[in-house]
Amino acid sequence: MGSDFIIEVSELTKFYRGFPAVNHINFKVKRGEIFGFLGPNGAGKTTTIKMLTGLIQPTEGTATIQGKDIRTQIVEIKKTIGVVTEDSNLYDELSILDNLQFVGQLYGVPQSDREKRIGELLKRFELEPKRDAKFATLSKGMKRKVIIAAALIHSPRIVFLDEPTTGLDVLSARILRAMIKELKALGVTIFLTTHYIEEAEQLCDRVAILVNGTIKTVDTPRNLLIATNTKNLEEAFIEITGLKEEIMLVEKERKR
Amino acid sequence: MFKEEVKGSLFIALKDLKMYYFKPPNLSWGIMFPIVMALAFILRNPSGVKDLASGLIAMSILFAATSAEAIVIVFERRTKTFERLLLAPLSLQAILFGKVIGGVIFGFLMSSIFLVGTVIFLGVSLSNTVFLLASLVLSAFVFSAFGTLISVAVKEIFDATTLANFFRFPMIFLCGIFIPVSALPSFLHPLAYVLPLTYSVDLIRFFITGSYDMVHPAVCVVVLIFYSIVLFYLSVWVLKRRIEQ
Repeated sequence: MGSDFIIEVSELTKFYRGFPAVNHINFKVKRGEIFGFLGPNGAGKTTTIKMLTGLIQPTEGTATIQGKDIRTQIVEIKKTIGVVTEDSNLYDELSILDNLQFVGQLYGVPQSDREKRIGELLKRFELEPKRDAKFATLSKGMKRKVIIAAALIHSPRIVFLDEPTTGLDVLSARILRAMIKELKALGVTIFLTTHYIEEAEQLCDRVAILVNGTIKTVDTPRNLLIATNTKNLEEAFIEITGLKEEIMLVEKERKR
Repeated sequence: MFKEEVKGSLFIALKDLKMYYFKPPNLSWGIMFPIVMALAFILRNPSGVKDLASGLIAMSILFAATSAEAIVIVFERRTKTFERLLLAPLSLQAILFGKVIGGVIFGFLMSSIFLVGTVIFLGVSLSNTVFLLASLVLSAFVFSAFGTLISVAVKEIFDATTLANFFRFPMIFLCGIFIPVSALPSFLHPLAYVLPLTYSVDLIRFFITGSYDMVHPAVCVVVLIFYSIVLFYLSVWVLKRRIEQ
């Protein structure tokens, strides 16, 4: 029987020009859970995702995904993961359908399966009426849906979502959260970065809090509330990240 | 695994051809530019058409294979779409091979159109068509890999076109397109021997006229294969370095 942990990170480190963006972090993600990776801007969330998905190489340390090493088996790993990056990375000039076809081809999904899968995704994400529309012409919410659909084209077991609801209107964000829950119900492991703490509280089974490239804590939202004696995850987050003093200072300045 | 990588490369190439290559600016670089240059020289010396054909075909490959290739990756890095390729379960070699193949197909098609044009309109006869077509493919690979190297090495599209032209325009005059290398001043010969277009022109010349200017066709083939490998793996190395930074 395999390990309960689908992602295992050990001393993972990334230096940019001598500056530690991510500094010797350790954590494990359980199979089938929604794991939240929280932190203020510049904490190292996206850098961590980029290392885990093979977009950049770690400076030190390593990680395994489904037992495979990100340093030596990244091509094998990529077959089983789906990635939704913070930026839109599909082709403006291509239609929704052509974008999904191309991504399916890149992942080696056989043509008959591809057609079926694209049909399912277009239906599930309510993209069918716009299937021939160029990606450039879509609204931000619609683009997000296509990007997520593209990340799911090869039925990955793990999905990395980097700030998936940033910039979306309330309705689109709600729909996306429902989709994330739906994926979890299908047994997919979700690695989610967000700076919307309420979103993490609502969705995540466990969260890691990252500050200045180091992990402060990893636990369930409930345990964090108990440990910090706070009422909600946002307060716990402020307590753990040390933002409380900064917020008090800002409020003091405002009152002046 | 190898089969999947090759398939992935071909899909990348087809996507690039659809999105970037068959667009008016590239068609003009691949066809119009060599035609205009050819007309200028033919009008000056109508009897030297056959000698000029090999150089013009080589020039058409050079411009067709590099014009889009040199900017495609820079453009895709800027629009973040290159990240999409990097996320796919393909090696860097497979991704860049796909990029190069796009340029090879376009370079080959443009030079083939040019070749047919020289046969029909200028009455040029061919000494060995099969080997000539193979030499077009080999040349297109060298120049496409050259374009890829530029594309992974620079950050801005403007830098890519400037760098491409820095090498392309001197090559037109140093590599035997209009003036045979043997007719150049001897101090320019070492420079001509360093540039891949010299070997491309001489190889194509051999399969059109049956004779060569400076370099034996077998040597040309070896040198062009050498350039293909070096430029391609240099591109992979540069891209890898960029990812590791």
